[in-house]
Amino acid sequence: MTTLLSLARVSKTFDNGTQAFGPLDLAVKPGEFVSLLGPSGCGKSTALRVIAGLLAPTPGEVAFPGGRPEISFVFQEPTLMPWRTTLANARLPLELKGASHHDADARAGEALARVGLKGFENAFPRELSGGMKMRVSIARALAARPKLLLMDEPFAALDEPSRQSLNDDLLKLWREDGLTVIFVTHSVYESTYLSTRVVVMTPRPGRIAADIALDFPHDRKEDFRLSPKFADAAAKISAELRGAHP
Amino acid sequence: MNALLRYATPALLGIAVLALWEFVVRHFDVPPFVLPAPSAIAAALSDDFTSLMASLWTTLRVTVEAFVIALTGGVALAVLFSLSRTIENALYPYAVVLQVTPVIAITPLILIWVGFERIDLALVIIGFIVAFFPILSNTTLGLRSTDRNLIDLFRLYGASRWQILWKLQLPSALPYLLGAMKISGGLALIGAVVGEFSAGSGTATGLAWRITEAGNRLEIAKMFAALGLLAVLGIVIFSALSLLEWALLHRWHESALKKER
Repeated sequence: MTTLLSLARVSKTFDNGTQAFGPLDLAVKPGEFVSLLGPSGCGKSTALRVIAGLLAPTPGEVAFPGGRPEISFVFQEPTLMPWRTTLANARLPLELKGASHHDADARAGEALARVGLKGFENAFPRELSGGMKMRVSIARALAARPKLLLMDEPFAALDEPSRQSLNDDLLKLWREDGLTVIFVTHSVYESTYLSTRVVVMTPRPGRIAADIALDFPHDRKEDFRLSPKFADAAAKISAELRGAHP
Repeated sequence: MNALLRYATPALLGIAVLALWEFVVRHFDVPPFVLPAPSAIAAALSDDFTSLMASLWTTLRVTVEAFVIALTGGVALAVLFSLSRTIENALYPYAVVLQVTPVIAITPLILIWVGFERIDLALVIIGFIVAFFPILSNTTLGLRSTDRNLIDLFRLYGASRWQILWKLQLPSALPYLLGAMKISGGLALIGAVVGEFSAGSGTATGLAWRITEAGNRLEIAKMFAALGLLAVLGIVIFSALSLLEWALLHRWHESALKKER
């Protein structure tokens, strides 16, 4: 199988001399769901920004062997424009790429329907709950029809029920669209539930402490959380995380 | 009922004060050149209605012109600042100097330079100087307060510098700008009036000149009438800008949230 993304000895050192992470070697194949797992401040969010091309690596190389795919980014905060309606927020990527107004609205509307926000097209962000705002943020990411979806602790600020239902919806979207996802999280259970592969990071500067493949079926259901297989995998990942953070 | 009370209370208080004023003036026989009764002020307003309205129009025109130039110039310079730190570092101190120097002290110079035969132009410049700074400083702040993550998102989707400015930074700065406009609208009026007082006589025909002229002739009721018109003008400008703010922000901005929430 080809490689979608490869990081070769990638680090990031800020102007003030702080090294955020690295050196990092990582190859991601199309269709993988990779979680970067580590505590706050281990540089995993910075790594995500370097992958997105928003920050330049210093030094190292981020390569896309098959050409740079369409990339979408979901932040920890919904990061919506408060003066725009839900629909106008979701169509932003298409608008910036010069799609016609009609096409952009149609695709944004479709993306909103897929995240369960049909009927909320004309609502403003302040009228929505935290979970719904995050759904708009995901719809905006999907509207760009990305191949690679980068998510930076997107559900960390949400309550448990919202988080679980968004987890399930995200898995469904990932399966349906054949997405490749890199998902930054500090939750062992979230990474176990979602991923095909969990990359455990060391404290700052973050490096790879463990790279664990999970071969669970892709159509995971709620009862998967209660299965012994899930508990075993979570225990293993948790042990690796503890080992990396003495 | 609450809405009715909100407007009825100040209105009733105003009527009561006017009635008391009228009563005191009549009862104690206060001479009209010390304090004219409200009825005398109303009579002065109606006697000199045409000339007062012409003056009101002049002052309004000068104020609006000064305000519009301050608004355009302030926003344009703020945008320039947001594009280049170098330009900001070079120009900002001078904008501050212009702001902190009392306008009344610069007024005579401007009057001399522009010339008394073009007094309206001089007044517009004075109004502009006082109204300019709040627009500049607030818009600069607003443009800079844009959510960093949204800027990153725009860049990720290949937005141009112009798209980031137009679709992201300017809307982000809008609440700041509208707040500054409410301050600057009043300041432009103050500038126009201060300039005219400073000019004294000449070709000025605004409300400040009416006040000076009436004062010299001891027509105190007419002074009050002109003063009242100035206050009304200030209130109208403030209300119009508040209405604009409401129209542009009420659907999405936090400031427009109902209090009970």
